[in-house]
Amino acid sequence: MAGGQGGDLGEGVGQRMAVVSEGLGTMEEGAGQGQVKLPVKVLRPSKGWISLKLRDLWEYRELLFFLTWRDIKVRYQQTVLGAAWAILQPLFTMVVFSLFFGRLVGVPSDGVPYPIFSYAALVPWTFFANGLTTSASSIVGSANLIKKVYFPRLVVPISAVLSGGLDFVLAFVVLLGMMVYFAIYPTVNVVWLPFFLLLALVTSLGVGLWFAAMNVQFRDVRYVVPFLVQAWFFATPITYPSSLLPEPWRTLYGLNPMAGVVEGFRWALLNTEPGPGPMVFVSGVVAVFLLVSGAYYFRRMEKTFADVV
Amino acid sequence: MANDVAIRVTNLSKEFRIGKSRGMFRYKSLRDSMSSAVTAPFRRAASMARGNAYGAAELTETFWALRDVSFEVKQGEAVGVIGRNGAGKSTLLKVLSQITEPSEGMVELHGRVGSLLEVGTGFHPELTGRDNIYLNGAILGMKRAEINRKFDEIVNFAEVEQFIDTPVKHYSSGMYVRLAFAVAAHLEPEILVVDEVLAVGDAAFQKKCLGKMGDVAKGGRTVLFVSHNMAAIQNLCDSAILLEKGKIAFQGRIQEVIQSYFQIQDSDNNVMTDLQVHRHRRPGSEMIFRKLRILGDEGEGNNIRMGGNLRISVSFERDLPIPNIRFGIAIEDAMGQRLLAFSPTLQAPSLISAPVCKGTFDCEIPKIRLLSGTYYITLIIGNGTGDLDRIDRAGQFTVESSDVFGTGFAPRPGHGIYFQEARWRYTDD
Repeated sequence: MAGGQGGDLGEGVGQRMAVVSEGLGTMEEGAGQGQVKLPVKVLRPSKGWISLKLRDLWEYRELLFFLTWRDIKVRYQQTVLGAAWAILQPLFTMVVFSLFFGRLVGVPSDGVPYPIFSYAALVPWTFFANGLTTSASSIVGSANLIKKVYFPRLVVPISAVLSGGLDFVLAFVVLLGMMVYFAIYPTVNVVWLPFFLLLALVTSLGVGLWFAAMNVQFRDVRYVVPFLVQAWFFATPITYPSSLLPEPWRTLYGLNPMAGVVEGFRWALLNTEPGPGPMVFVSGVVAVFLLVSGAYYFRRMEKTFADVV
Repeated sequence: MANDVAIRVTNLSKEFRIGKSRGMFRYKSLRDSMSSAVTAPFRRAASMARGNAYGAAELTETFWALRDVSFEVKQGEAVGVIGRNGAGKSTLLKVLSQITEPSEGMVELHGRVGSLLEVGTGFHPELTGRDNIYLNGAILGMKRAEINRKFDEIVNFAEVEQFIDTPVKHYSSGMYVRLAFAVAAHLEPEILVVDEVLAVGDAAFQKKCLGKMGDVAKGGRTVLFVSHNMAAIQNLCDSAILLEKGKIAFQGRIQEVIQSYFQIQDSDNNVMTDLQVHRHRRPGSEMIFRKLRILGDEGEGNNIRMGGNLRISVSFERDLPIPNIRFGIAIEDAMGQRLLAFSPTLQAPSLISAPVCKGTFDCEIPKIRLLSGTYYITLIIGNGTGDLDRIDRAGQFTVESSDVFGTGFAPRPGHGIYFQEARWRYTDD
């Protein structure tokens, strides 16, 4: 049978050029005859704003899992302290802040001890800042993959942000320990905690997507991101409480989504008053805007990644 | 089923923009350059905001890696894609495997596409062989269950059972490549797109890989295969597409396409070779050689009949006259083995007596006795104390088999380096 097929092929090639111009008619006919109907994918130049192709992303959820898992597994290879770094970073920052801002300057801390006041903010902040930094460089960092294999490119920055999850969990366990030490027990507000974590993730990914896509063409991003993260840190109520601001302004402060996240964490875990309700609402809207716009920008630039990166 | 289309490519074009990398810095005056330095970031930011992908560099030049390419591949067919470097083969595969978008035209793919443009994509040196199989499998589009099912087969194929839990950075390069190929070879899409990945590992493993690819092709899946290895292509594919400068130059049965590929190469190399810019010029040489022309019996062309006449004509030019000019032509085989040397010093010492600036050497070699094959010409010019210009493999010609003895039996390459008439006598004792 193979021989017979080979014989057909030669003649087939000759006719083929003519068949091409006939277009779709032949295809549908062919598909109808086939025993198995195969999925048909059409590739053509995309124009203007394109869909996010979230279904494609869902198809590749296992790749997302494996890339995240790889990042986690590789992150602390060949380090002496290993995953302890995930705890040490925010912990030492907290100690320094407690000494300088808490002791020396005497920054108010909404009625809770300053160490736990700043640490409860540093935990989500570290998750956000690491996610932003790694996702911003993720596409350029996996140039090799992008030039050689197809998969939804969104997988790369998303896995970069998600891989910070383990660090977050470890740092969070220490936070729980500190809560026991300072005898602070959460109220029912704690059910909102996952929402605040999600808010941090959305913000991190939203900004990360913008930078990841820009980084492909403009390597300037590499220099902008550390500076931005630093500036953002001081623009977020980590070392100080947002309650220093009078009310209309405090709500507006929520335009910085991380302000909402940080105050949300404190409110949910440490029962700081007043609650950040309106502020969190503003933060949520901004974060969603960042994510959606970032995702569309990313998708729009995506087609050039393999050619430019 | 054989009538079903697997891949249909219609008027496909792919344009690349080439950056004028130095353009940005070629300012006319300091004032221009200063104002440009100030405004450029804003202009670029503006173009970036408009979503212009190429805002970073002022890119104007474009080139078409693929131009108006149309073809169809039927299900279960194995099609080779051949062409020289830069003909657009890899670009075609990248478009088909969705890595890059077409600029114009359309591609229809009927079935899942798996592409193998490189083995070991995404391998992480710190991870173990086991981990890398899962990671690489996922990157290539396999589901975890699928990898679980094929895991043992992959490990067996790669012959790395003992080291499966060792980080791959400790692997020998052979083991690494074997494992990488093994994962890729167990991909089971309806359409498989393969770039030059078989050129890995030692000869035995290459054979195994080819065998595996052959199984894939015979298993009824559609294969599109790019390679420079004509023997491999001939083995695996029924038909082929020949790309030349981004266009389809020829398509048809594999034999015809391969023939046509060699013809294209020929027609490009013969007639006149410009020697002014030649990539094989010896470093440190002056640019003295101008043109090389190879002529056989049937006029210009680098196909010479065995036993036919060969004429090599070389022109040169230099600002300062060359005293005691020395000129030589060497003929070498594909392995670089020097077979023949021709020089006025040897064969015509009184050819030139005064210093010369420019001229043309014409060397006629009657009845060339080389056996069939491809031969290369090296050119050397000097002044008696040293070489002034030298180009290795400046040109090439092919000697074609012919019935030189008039017996109906032509000498073959296995018969030595050159042919020689002989008189035979036999005495029955």
